[in-house]
Amino acid sequence: MQRVTKRYGERLALREVSFEATPGERVAIIGPNGAGKTTLLSILAGIQPATSGNVSRLPRDIGWVPQHAAVYSKLSVAENLRLFARLEKVPDPNAAVERMLDQTGLRDRADDELGKLSGGNRQRVNIAVGLLSDPPALLLDEPSASLDPRQRERLWEFIAGLAGGGTTVLFSTHNVGEADRYADRLIVLADGELLFHGTPRELEQAVGGDTYDFEGAFVRFLHERGH
Amino acid sequence: MRWLMLKDLQILRRSPLLVTLLVLYPVLIALLIGYALSRGPSKPKVAFLNEVPKGQGSFNLGATKINGRQYAGKFFSAIDPIVVHSRAEALQKVRSGQALAALIIPADIVQKLSTGGLERPTLDVIYNAENPLKRQFVESTIQFQLAKANQALSGEFRKVAAQYIGLLLKGGKFDAFGTNFNVLGLQSANAILKGVRGSLPRGSPQGPALDQVIRFATLAISNLDLSNQVLTSVSAPLAVRTTTIGAGGKQPLDTFAVAVAVTISMMFVCVLLAAGMLALEREENAFTRLARGLVSRLGLVTEKISLAALCATLVALAMLIGIGIFVAVDWGRFPLWVVAALFGAAGFGALGVAIGGWAREVRAASLFAFLLSLPVAVLALVPSGATNQTLYDIIRVISAIFPFRPALDAMSAALSGGGIGLPLLHLVILVAAFGALARLSLRRFA
Repeated sequence: MQRVTKRYGERLALREVSFEATPGERVAIIGPNGAGKTTLLSILAGIQPATSGNVSRLPRDIGWVPQHAAVYSKLSVAENLRLFARLEKVPDPNAAVERMLDQTGLRDRADDELGKLSGGNRQRVNIAVGLLSDPPALLLDEPSASLDPRQRERLWEFIAGLAGGGTTVLFSTHNVGEADRYADRLIVLADGELLFHGTPRELEQAVGGDTYDFEGAFVRFLHERGH
Repeated sequence: MRWLMLKDLQILRRSPLLVTLLVLYPVLIALLIGYALSRGPSKPKVAFLNEVPKGQGSFNLGATKINGRQYAGKFFSAIDPIVVHSRAEALQKVRSGQALAALIIPADIVQKLSTGGLERPTLDVIYNAENPLKRQFVESTIQFQLAKANQALSGEFRKVAAQYIGLLLKGGKFDAFGTNFNVLGLQSANAILKGVRGSLPRGSPQGPALDQVIRFATLAISNLDLSNQVLTSVSAPLAVRTTTIGAGGKQPLDTFAVAVAVTISMMFVCVLLAAGMLALEREENAFTRLARGLVSRLGLVTEKISLAALCATLVALAMLIGIGIFVAVDWGRFPLWVVAALFGAAGFGALGVAIGGWAREVRAASLFAFLLSLPVAVLALVPSGATNQTLYDIIRVISAIFPFRPALDAMSAALSGGGIGLPLLHLVILVAAFGALARLSLRRFA
């Protein structure tokens, strides 16, 4: 992403944000409310255009997992996957559905309506839809927001497996502890401005080393930069 | 787009209660409205007391016998009579609410009628004023029937008078008080007088007097010749020539009621379905996923319009086939029914997606769709002249903005003839306009 700016009328949502991610890397986008995290992800996903700047990947090369499960509650797991595989014009939709049922461990729930699944399983289907076209990069907007601790653990294991397979994973989160634990690199946004781009340790060092826990370091980092 | 439509049909198949309500409710409402439109108001129950003694229902007007019961029958055609035997009983029926009014034919009616208009008989009508609406209905019904009876009687009087004038003019046999005799008549008298005048010697002193009588007879003949027309004008001063204008002029009421019923059903099915299904894409959070290149926004709008139009057309055709079993419809026009239903449904579908796009939530969209559709349909059915011109012009503009009126016109034309091209063109314009509004609403849909 190079010098991406997004304006809503007079309001500047993103100001010349640039970064890059390598295959198999997990990048967390963190920042206070209204920082521009979702705007950044939605531009990368092709949901809305940037006012200026470039994104090197086309939206069709990027898998998208919105914060709330974007699937149809009246359709079964398999029907949802098949529908989106067809809409994504995946060459063999049935094979893609079978692959995702195995990958997400939902084969035994394949015929269950989404509305009857737990939040964790719905989120797994949500992620599976994002992975149907086997994209080289996956975007997740607050993926663990509605999950219990056990479901979160399974989610991060699944994401680690994806990254291990070479998929670049970008996720936004409010939980900076998760960013510390599960991200290889961080992007810190505040008021649409990219304040930091580096590893969690580099962020801690930027505010004076290990005298703080990571969350404390993050808050101090923002405070020192006037946020 | 076909996968999206297939998905929507799957969702509908899994929501049987919703689909049942969506189809049954409008069909029921539509059939009720259609039934009400195809029937006139029911006859009001009226207590009827005839005080004319038995065997005295007829009277003589000159040499003509007139039967009073024949004219009382005029009332019975418009009311549901409850025959009573006294004024007290008639009052009791009205007070108790069993009858909305009482109509009393007085005993002296025959005697007064037989005077040929010298004395005017009076009917007594007692109303129940408990319900002003019903009272007005009964009042106008009785007044109307009274006018018809008056007209029939005056016509009878005119005929009798014309007979006498004819006899006076042309002469002939006259039957009065059981005696037959010949009347000479003015025309024959005039001829005789002219013959006598011709036989008088020149300078006869009777000549000028006879000339005077001949002039009077000639004048009387020429004026009495016009008397029948004059009497006709007096008994019915105004004649009515009826000319119908507008497409629905020759349309039977039953067919119009069918068109209204079917159009209302289509409207509810289509508007609610299109509004709900578009709003559902947002409620299920699927819109953001679809909007990133899987389906174009215009494609999404088109899919929802097509889905709603398809479902509503099927409902409309099923209704038409069902109604066609009971009401005479021209089955040869079936292809036109399909065309009218498709265009009408597309118009309603476009309105629905515009509502769904702006309301953004299924419940809000459904409520808004319902609240908007009903008054639009009612306004479109307001006839001209039922309100003042300014208000009617406003109603016409509102009706032209929404698809109900053109859809109804198209369906009426498809069922019973008339121009279908203009309503279809109107619907195409509305589909484009509401489709564009819906597309615009998707900018803030995510």
